[in-house]
Amino acid sequence: MTNIKSKLGWKLATAVLGAAVVAGSFAASAVAKDWGKFQVEDRRSGYTYMTDETRDVQNDDFENPGMLWVENGQSLWSTKMGSAGKSCASCHADADKDMKGVAPSYPKYNAKMGKMETLEQRINRDIVEKMGGKALKFDSKEMLSLMTYVGKISSGMPVNVKVDGPAAPFFAKGKAFYYQRRGQLDMSCANCHEDNPGKLIRANTLSEGQINGFPTYRLKWQKPGSVHRRFKGCNKNVRAKPFKRGSDEYVNLELYVKWRGRGLPTETPSVRN
Amino acid sequence: MRKTKLAAGIIAVASVMAVQSAFADSHIKKYKIEDGAIKASLTGKTGDAAKGKKVAINRKKGNCLACHAISDLKDQPFHGNVGPSLDGVASNYSEGELRLRIVNAKTSNEDTIMPAFYKVDGYNRLIKKFKGKSVLSAQEVEDVLAYVMTLK
Repeated sequence: MTNIKSKLGWKLATAVLGAAVVAGSFAASAVAKDWGKFQVEDRRSGYTYMTDETRDVQNDDFENPGMLWVENGQSLWSTKMGSAGKSCASCHADADKDMKGVAPSYPKYNAKMGKMETLEQRINRDIVEKMGGKALKFDSKEMLSLMTYVGKISSGMPVNVKVDGPAAPFFAKGKAFYYQRRGQLDMSCANCHEDNPGKLIRANTLSEGQINGFPTYRLKWQKPGSVHRRFKGCNKNVRAKPFKRGSDEYVNLELYVKWRGRGLPTETPSVRN
Repeated sequence: MRKTKLAAGIIAVASVMAVQSAFADSHIKKYKIEDGAIKASLTGKTGDAAKGKKVAINRKKGNCLACHAISDLKDQPFHGNVGPSLDGVASNYSEGELRLRIVNAKTSNEDTIMPAFYKVDGYNRLIKKFKGKSVLSAQEVEDVLAYVMTLK
């Protein structure tokens, strides 16, 4: 009798436990994961679409290969460039203070140019006009080093680009680009990054295409890369003719895409696949 | 007099443009859409399912697995999930309906992400090396279709 009772009791306990496990796993899949600072409203950093392994590489400053570029940028900051015998530090001695909040606010409207300017272009303007140097290419070692260094100084600060006032028409152009289909595969940015983030294209997980971590150290590239390099890659993937780095089209698109990640933390140098 | 010359000029230019676009399109075989389907084979020939299976897998050709899972191809790594699984697709659609979806899925759903596999014109900023080319040839479309028709 006691035997039967205890057997029944065990069965009942198993059933209850089983139900609890089922309910638990159901709750886990039904309740969205808490991504903390990497999510703002419905916007999620590319960080949240990576594997744990890739995230671990980003999280650890000693493992993150982008940190070497930050260090290189830091030493470049006080290296003289150009005929005027000046370095960046000649005017911006305390970079940690002077450059804080700069990266998350670009691209910015430049009244003299009458259009938007990316941070690379802003850096080049000083190199050419104030330092008497030669403009650096977007994906040159020097520019990527300066960009990761300046980006790192704003680490954790929310993306905050101005898209109203004089920036409004450029923002509208960037938005139109985002929704326009292109190439033989006839896809817009939105087809993948607005409609299908989290889904798989073969082995690749689509993200929202957020750019809060740029220049990003891409494992596929084995080095950091500019936003415009990434745009070119995407355009070529859909078999469309890409634009040039620094073209008005990409500058405006960068403004729009940056705005899509408003509030997300600056993550430079992020690590992505 | 001047006006007539101008008008004649415009007509001449317009007709040249019309002929050019007809030329650009010329290797695309004409097909008829009726009841949401292309009922006739694009080539007049039946497709080869074995060849079609290879085209479906090939990343530079059909690359169906980029977006669709196919249990029949489970020996291939990494099936995407942007589109629905193609398991049983031949039980749910007719051959003509599937032919139209491969040729140009946007004729039945203009918002779809699915590329048109048999279309050469009307693209925005098409990269040079694909100018005048469709993703698949007419026979490749028929071969892929023959393979897809085995997914019952």
